[in-house]
Amino acid sequence: MSILHTVNKSPFERNALDSCLKFATDGSAVLLFEDGVYAALKGTAVEPHVSDALGRLKVYVLGPDLQARGFSAERIIEGISVVDYAGFVDLAAENGKVQAWL
Amino acid sequence: MSEVVKKFMYLNRKAPYGTIYAWEALEVVLIGAAFDQDVSVMFLDDGVYQLTKGQDTKAIGMKNFSPTFRTLGDYEVKKIYVDRASLEARGLTQEDLVEIAWEDFETEEEIENIVEVIDSARVGELMNESDAIFSF
Repeated sequence: MSILHTVNKSPFERNALDSCLKFATDGSAVLLFEDGVYAALKGTAVEPHVSDALGRLKVYVLGPDLQARGFSAERIIEGISVVDYAGFVDLAAENGKVQAWL
Repeated sequence: MSEVVKKFMYLNRKAPYGTIYAWEALEVVLIGAAFDQDVSVMFLDDGVYQLTKGQDTKAIGMKNFSPTFRTLGDYEVKKIYVDRASLEARGLTQEDLVEIAWEDFETEEEIENIVEVIDSARVGELMNESDAIFSF
């Protein structure tokens, strides 16, 4: 059964994203939200790590959290999809389980 | 008014909205401004995200406290520092940050932007020069 992995912590402060990317198996979905959205931005120290993962995982970022923090969709790494709250619900529904990397 | 002026540094290391630290720090800075001390506000690590331009929190149902930073100059906070290395690690430049103006009401001296991007070595020196550091 497929898993939706969620990450809501900054990749610069916690290792939640690292662990998520390490354990999420190929084809899984990863949603970045709250302070996790910083991992979706271009030009950061963690961008190479996230870009590598895009080859085997589907990565999404929650638009309202990006907007709150002052970033538009143009600042997002290519290959990451921006979703709204309804999209978040769809992802949770499409995947059998949700694993929250707190 | 107190005769002894101390150097207070407010040290911000947390991103806004994900936790309450950033908002609490700003509250304390504004309260502290009433005591006529020598105040500086330092942003490093994820704290630099507090100053990004264009924050719009409508869709997350939280108060957008970003505009309040622009009033710090009116509270006689004249020294706002940002660690350059923290910006660079996050793919940001000074262009991404809000500008905070300052004006001396008596002399009408004006500074367009008091947000200063500095090297990490300078951050350490400024911490050493402070009498008290309030950490958030």
